[in-house]
Amino acid sequence: MALSYVLEPAVSGFNFENSTRNIVLENGSEEGKIKAPKPMKTGTTIAGVVYKDGVVLGADTRATSDEVVADKMCAKIHYIAPNIYCCGAGTAADTEKTTDMLSSNLTIFSMNSGRNPRVVMAVNILQDMLFRYRGMIGAHLILGGVDCTGSHLYTVGPYGSIDKVPYLAMGSGKLPAMGILEDRFKGNMDLEEAKALVSDAIHAGIMSDLGSGNNIDLCVITKEGVDYIRPHRESIYNYKRQAKYKYKPGTTPVLTKTVNQLELELVHETVQMMETAGSS
Amino acid sequence: MATMLQKFPSSVSTLNDYNALYPDWTQREVSTGTTIMAVEFDGGVVMGADSRTTTGAYIANRVTDKLTPIHERIFCCRSGSAADTQAIADAVTYQLGFHSIELDEAPLVQTAASLFRDMCYRYREELMAGIIVAGWDRRRGGQVYTVPVGGMMTRQPVSVGGSGSSYIYGFVDSNYKPAMSKEECLKFTAEALTLAMERDGSSGGVVRLAVISEQGVERQVILGNQLPKFSTV
Repeated sequence: MALSYVLEPAVSGFNFENSTRNIVLENGSEEGKIKAPKPMKTGTTIAGVVYKDGVVLGADTRATSDEVVADKMCAKIHYIAPNIYCCGAGTAADTEKTTDMLSSNLTIFSMNSGRNPRVVMAVNILQDMLFRYRGMIGAHLILGGVDCTGSHLYTVGPYGSIDKVPYLAMGSGKLPAMGILEDRFKGNMDLEEAKALVSDAIHAGIMSDLGSGNNIDLCVITKEGVDYIRPHRESIYNYKRQAKYKYKPGTTPVLTKTVNQLELELVHETVQMMETAGSS
Repeated sequence: MATMLQKFPSSVSTLNDYNALYPDWTQREVSTGTTIMAVEFDGGVVMGADSRTTTGAYIANRVTDKLTPIHERIFCCRSGSAADTQAIADAVTYQLGFHSIELDEAPLVQTAASLFRDMCYRYREELMAGIIVAGWDRRRGGQVYTVPVGGMMTRQPVSVGGSGSSYIYGFVDSNYKPAMSKEECLKFTAEALTLAMERDGSSGGVVRLAVISEQGVERQVILGNQLPKFSTV
């Protein structure tokens, strides 16, 4: 059904008007070829496990921009609600903003209804939003939390698909992490076992994936509360700066000094009386 | 240990771009690349599905439940894009629930199938979804409707779908007999799904079965080591 408008109505979602131009630029001749800037990906390993009393979430702390480590102590476990936390992999900006918006929405809901939010609500809101944006928001999320119905662990994909499973790994390091989880996961583990399992899974991701590294963060969520352990395990490679890059004042010799007075001319002056008399 | 990031010439492989830090096949959309099946019998329907969801060549979920409840005695089997089919199923569940409350009676399976068809046809360019709707209602008993990609709807006594279905058309056509009993249908479905799972790389895991009849819904799972055995596979 084709309708034409005289005045274009506001389009929701993303604007793809420049996409044909971008394709032409990228596939241009060798001299004229322009590469689009790559968004910063978190190139991550994140994992989650449901255990006897709740959920344990884990993440590495490296954020990469192509081959450079952009942030060595990036926080990938985001706060959603007092009882719900979310690990994010994919494009760093997308995961940050999506989890921020979700957190705001759930806080407003809590205030309106006087209830604690449920994990399944968070998942539905995320699924709605990501499906609407048809995969353009590169957010691969692991949501975990404990609410009045129990402990839950979900994954939400960038196209809006969800899976509810007892253990998960996502991100570029998910293959090695999943190997550890598949080998050692058992139902109803106790806390120390679960923490060791998640930590080892993230460690496997860090060792085998170039995009993951540095420290391991853990987040334990139970009915009683949340234990955000940052960092749980620090990287043994602690690079200390070898030299100072600050220069003392006076290091650079001053050769000449000129002072130019700025001539200002008063052109126009107005005085406006404010209505400060209060109405009674 | 220093690692130099080597630039490989494109002649090394056309399948993967080795120059990318993260392999392409883990970044694709989640697809249910699947085998689904439903059979009518006198008094109800038997539905079955495998349990594998893939993102490219990685199995994102090996215990997926592709048999989704739409109403008390109406289920659907989902194949195609996981996100699309989950969204469609959610939307139809809402619409059918509303319709059922308005009518104050249980909805017909044909109504559910029509709702799926309407959505799949209207948004056929944007969606990738092949759905089999099956259930029991008082008017016509057990019914199976198939709504493949593109948005056609037709009623069939037995229907298969998904990427693995191509491998079992011969088996289904030769082994289906009208007026089978519930147990025969269960055995038929389990065997067909097993054969498809053996041959199709995108299908696998466990076999999930559901029987819908006037009495309600019975669900079962056949684990990998309990699947029927065939001599060539």
